[in-house]
Amino acid sequence: MGPYAIEARGLIKRFGGTTAVDGVDLRVPEGSITGMLGPNGAGKTTLLRMLLGIIDPDEGSRTLLGSEKPLKRAHEVGYLPEERGLYQSMKAVETIAFMGALRHLPLEEGRKRGRVLMEEAGLGHAIDKKIRELSKGMAQTVQLLGTIVHRPRLIVLDEPFSGLDAINQGKLERLIRDQAEAGATVIFSTHVIAHAERLCENVAIVAGGKVRFDGSVEAARDRLRPQVHLETSALDGPWCAALPPGTQREGHWWHFTLPDGGPEPLLNALIEGKAGIRSLSIERPGLHDAFVSIAGEAAAAEMERAQAEGAKP
Amino acid sequence: MNETIRAAWVIGRRDFTAVVLSKAFLMFLLGPLFPLGAGILFGSLGESIADDIGGDVVGISIPAEEAQALIQTRTRLATVLGDRRYPELRQLQPDEGTPKQVLEAAKALDDGSKGKLAAVLSGSFDQPVLTATSAEAEDIGPELALLISQARSGTDRLQPIRLDPVDSSAGGEQRAQLLTGQAGQALLFLLVMLLAGMVLSNLVEEKSNKIIEILAAAVPIDSVFIGKLLAMLAMAIVGIMVWGAAGMAALQIWGPGLPNLPVPAVGWPLFMLLGVLYFAMAYLILGSLFLGIGAMASTVREVQTLSMPVTMLQMFVFGFAFYTVSKIGQPIEIVACIVPFTSPFAMLARAAQVPEIWPHFVALLGQGLFALLVVRISAMMFRRNVMKSGGSGGGLKALFGRRKTA
Repeated sequence: MGPYAIEARGLIKRFGGTTAVDGVDLRVPEGSITGMLGPNGAGKTTLLRMLLGIIDPDEGSRTLLGSEKPLKRAHEVGYLPEERGLYQSMKAVETIAFMGALRHLPLEEGRKRGRVLMEEAGLGHAIDKKIRELSKGMAQTVQLLGTIVHRPRLIVLDEPFSGLDAINQGKLERLIRDQAEAGATVIFSTHVIAHAERLCENVAIVAGGKVRFDGSVEAARDRLRPQVHLETSALDGPWCAALPPGTQREGHWWHFTLPDGGPEPLLNALIEGKAGIRSLSIERPGLHDAFVSIAGEAAAAEMERAQAEGAKP
Repeated sequence: MNETIRAAWVIGRRDFTAVVLSKAFLMFLLGPLFPLGAGILFGSLGESIADDIGGDVVGISIPAEEAQALIQTRTRLATVLGDRRYPELRQLQPDEGTPKQVLEAAKALDDGSKGKLAAVLSGSFDQPVLTATSAEAEDIGPELALLISQARSGTDRLQPIRLDPVDSSAGGEQRAQLLTGQAGQALLFLLVMLLAGMVLSNLVEEKSNKIIEILAAAVPIDSVFIGKLLAMLAMAIVGIMVWGAAGMAALQIWGPGLPNLPVPAVGWPLFMLLGVLYFAMAYLILGSLFLGIGAMASTVREVQTLSMPVTMLQMFVFGFAFYTVSKIGQPIEIVACIVPFTSPFAMLARAAQVPEIWPHFVALLGQGLFALLVVRISAMMFRRNVMKSGGSGGGLKALFGRRKTA
């Protein structure tokens, strides 16, 4: 067993003439929280389904918890699909127990754990209610609890935040952190960068069926130089020569990328040249900027559009 | 294989519990009462309609003495052989006109009376003339000829025959066992069709519920199919047990009043056991085929479109098996016993008529293997068409080979 919960090498999946996943290499470190970022149609779901063994790749190979046959490790995996589905006439606690039983958890133990999990999630009153009697958010929580009831080593969540209100999104974030603290590896797909930025140590940026970046959030952000925003009282002087090429000016404001040498030489030139510094800020790029830089403007715009649609009531 | 069985058990247990505790199961238990009730209803309706219409009436315009003799003969024979066996006779008055005029007048008459005039017999016993359409003449002519012969002979009563009773006869037993075989086949067919439809709707529901994704991520698809099939089978066996218990209770209550049922060639206990086993096999084969259809379809409408030809094919299969019941030992019956789709039906009919037991072991084994093959093909199609999985490789390797990566 290597240090990776998931390893994929050259995965390709085609549907008819469309290549949904195009030569993906991916590594998910054990015990990490990894976010899979990408716009709709980027190939995230197809990739996750291949990693889990629901579908087979046309080319390439993958290893899940050390096995090249993902279904062999299914009992150590929890999976929340993008399209939620539950038996409507089944009681909530029975649903959780059934989902556990599918993954080798004895039914009675599943019921016990299901009750505890539901109490912890504030759904104690709904334990014996049928799924059809629950609200959408509650049913979604039940499905999530069914995903983790057997205490999996690897938790795969496909767009887990979609359809949840802000309170439930916060609860889900907490649950993901708790599971990671308990030692589970968590990988989730999302088109909301903020979730990934708050939760993840690692991200995989997917666009056009390819993984454009796979590494730590810090490494993604470090691919971009910090941005400097400077306000001066003077508009001209010898200090202007110290500004790096590509600097943009808006009135008394100057915007540019921090040069390789760091801020000190520039600051010295500004002070000595009497530029009259009114304001100076150095901004480290966020994950969003990194995403734009890596996946491109079009992918970022698509992500923002999907996010806006998801936020609509 | 162990994982497939374990997962099939988990899925089958859920489906079984869900169905048995649902209202649909009550409908399933009551299901056989509907065709039974419909049979009784339409039977009595048919009888009532036949009563309303009445039988054929033949007007007789022959010498009065001969007419009286003919009517008496008819009455006497109808008492013994049944009123509907011979046409009703009505003596015509001389002033009613020629036979053709009488028939024309009867056609015009609309008084709602039963049994309108169908033909007129004129002439005499020596030279009888029947005025009727060709179809009526073909139908009534021989019966009238028989009545005239009987009336002319002047024999007043039928010769009584003393009965020397025996328990059974070769001819009677064969006929009775054939009937047992046919009844068994019909029951089997009814049950299988009912259940296969339930399996199909169960899978379609699963797809529309989007639960299939959760199942497919956790267990092999084969086990999903096997679990569903076995759950429905278990449910059917519970149903059969309930019906059996109700039947036994009915026998206890009304038993003495019921006619003796013909004993099948292999005996009742084995016949009933084989009935359950062949039912299971017929259901597994058809059910897995229907699951395959569910696998190919993405919507309920597609399922309906695709299942229609299979239902028609199944009717044909049943018709074929039904046809071979009276052809035991002939090549066509052997073919029906070998072809997997007709085999359960044909073999059950055989069990009713032939005491040999070993062919049943062979047939059950063959049917079981075939059912397994159909499940495998259905699962493969499901992976390809619904889960959009599976590479370009296909054929026997895809069917029997182990999956490389999953």
